[in-house]
Amino acid sequence: MDLQIALLLGQDGITNGAIYALLSLALVLVFAVTRVIFIPQGEFVAFGALTLASFQAGKTPGTLWLLLGAGFVVAIVDLVVAWRRRKWRRVPAILGWNLVYPALMAGLILSIEPSKWPLLAQISLALALVVPLGPMMYRLAFQPLAEAPVLVLLIVSVAVHLVLVGLGLVFFGAEGSRAASFSDVSLDIGEFSITGQTLAVVLTSGVLIVVLYQFFGRSLYGKALRATAINRTGARLMGISTVMAGKLSFLLAAGIGALSGILIAPITTVYYDTGFLIGLKGFVGAIIGGLASYPVAAVGAVAVGLLESYSSFYASAFKEVIVFTLIIPMLLWRSLTTRHVEEES
Amino acid sequence: MKRKFIVGALLVAFTTLAQADITVGVTLSATGPAASLGIPEKNSVSLLPTTIAGQKVNYIVLDDASDTTTAVKNTRKLISENKVDVVIGSTITPNSLAMVDVVAEAETPMISMAASARIIDPTNPKTKWVFKTPQNDTHMSTAIIEHMINSGVKTVAFIGFNDAYGEGWFQEFSKIAEVRKLKIVANERYSRADTSVTGQVLKIVAAKPDAVLIAGAGTPAALPQVALQERKYAGKYYQTHGVANNDFLRVGGKNVEGTFLPAGPMLVAAQLPNDNPVKKSALAYTQKYEAAYGKGNVATFGGHAWDAGLLLEAAVPAALKKGQPGTKEFRAALRDGLEGVKDLPGAHGVFNMSPGDHLGFDQRARVMVQIQNGAWVLVK
Repeated sequence: MDLQIALLLGQDGITNGAIYALLSLALVLVFAVTRVIFIPQGEFVAFGALTLASFQAGKTPGTLWLLLGAGFVVAIVDLVVAWRRRKWRRVPAILGWNLVYPALMAGLILSIEPSKWPLLAQISLALALVVPLGPMMYRLAFQPLAEAPVLVLLIVSVAVHLVLVGLGLVFFGAEGSRAASFSDVSLDIGEFSITGQTLAVVLTSGVLIVVLYQFFGRSLYGKALRATAINRTGARLMGISTVMAGKLSFLLAAGIGALSGILIAPITTVYYDTGFLIGLKGFVGAIIGGLASYPVAAVGAVAVGLLESYSSFYASAFKEVIVFTLIIPMLLWRSLTTRHVEEES
Repeated sequence: MKRKFIVGALLVAFTTLAQADITVGVTLSATGPAASLGIPEKNSVSLLPTTIAGQKVNYIVLDDASDTTTAVKNTRKLISENKVDVVIGSTITPNSLAMVDVVAEAETPMISMAASARIIDPTNPKTKWVFKTPQNDTHMSTAIIEHMINSGVKTVAFIGFNDAYGEGWFQEFSKIAEVRKLKIVANERYSRADTSVTGQVLKIVAAKPDAVLIAGAGTPAALPQVALQERKYAGKYYQTHGVANNDFLRVGGKNVEGTFLPAGPMLVAAQLPNDNPVKKSALAYTQKYEAAYGKGNVATFGGHAWDAGLLLEAAVPAALKKGQPGTKEFRAALRDGLEGVKDLPGAHGVFNMSPGDHLGFDQRARVMVQIQNGAWVLVK
């Protein structure tokens, strides 16, 4: 292996690692706030990428119907709750977010042709379509079980993942898609060239991490999420709604997932079930961070990306084995070094 | 006593009446990793004949989600609960191999739609009951190597799926390549869900082969080729017949231009010379499929299900004379009938079954195809 190959592999590893880092941050966030191990994270990656690709191919993405359907079910559930508790003031918000917003999106997408729009508009449209699915998923699957043990939440999480993968196959078919490249620019430094797409991925990830840092450090909502993560009961006593915290964390996770999907869509072919494996590698990163530390998770995820890249060069047949075996020494190390806190049931 | 006898006789009469229809059990991979193969097969099953020799045919279609355990479970269910006369399936090799034991034990004929020659390995006594319709990997790899040698290729790099498909191809390919003095300079693997194959591609480019063979199925096979193009690899590209659907062209775009691949003649049926025996039968299937599912949607994988139907159509009439559907005699006669199919043109080739060959294809079952201007073009 000469220097050029090493650099190219490093570049590849960092690009993938940046995506894994974003996903590991989302996993840590969701787990800290809601104690859900968020397996469907990967589906948001696939949905984001495939929705964008559908727009570019001039097709109506199936996620639109999912948004309409999920919105309808959430509206009914919320209306029944509001009716039982006689909280009529909530009705306009329920109808607005769950029925009017999806209907507006449907009207917009069906009346215009997104394939003729500029790339940035297509991306915004794809995000606007996929991201609201996060809070809706929380409302339907996790909010009724918010106090359940971690294991129950994990099982529900697996179930949601399976449902979404199935829907993905129905919506997007078995074959994959690729989106158009963001830019064809490439930076040449000597013999080494960096593609514009790589730069876009790394820069976006970096910016997003800084924004998240600021959000948690400075904004009221960010602090509310952190408070919920540290102590649920204490946060509630301080007037922080755990339902709001749960929905907000799912919104962020869905947003990060969909954006990651959009970032990788031009680099690789995305399938309805691609997201799971990407999410799983983000999960390895999150495990390295003990599902608690954001910076360690991000560093761990980049390490996963690099390890994957170099092992694909040396022993391509054993790449997955190498990457996922990493989890064993990490778990050993963590269980030996950290003090175990009994979970209150 | 007498009454009991009449009731018994009536019962027997009714059961034979109820089972007079021929029941065909189908298990295929309409979901999971092999869904892109399983879906056109499933679509094709609904086009299969509903009556053969005046006898009604019922199809029971189950999905095995590309999962071996489910395929075996489906097969057991079809045989024990639905009392099927013949099993068609499954889509992929691991599933089909696992089903061989089940059908042999129940003495029910089976027609697989998976590629590996091991499914019908004549040295295994259980495969007496097993037939298959897709070309063996050997058919296809000899075609590739023939083409490589004729166009002056001396060294070749291999990159394939890290599953049974890629492994099977490497074994077949390396065996014949050694005989024909073709040097394999790199042997790499990647998985279907990989987002990057940079490492493997860098290794291949560094080995400077005259040609690269990519052994993948469906759109995932485009990924290494796109990555090779990005690294400006200028040699020849070869793909396998696993990519022969239009989605591959859509995803590969300009990057797969000029690629060579072996394929069933069905892929370029309209371009075949008129004296080719497969042309008519392949076009018949293509037209029927496109009439039902829209123009340009036909995939070669569906042709394997269609061919299974053709085999049944050829074997059932004689078997009906030897036994009623639903009986052991009928199943045995059907098996014998399938083994005796001669000169039957299908969508993918001409079947000439024999006890030693439960596929029965010859060189007419494959052609070399090149991708030109985003379309499949027959190489003459």
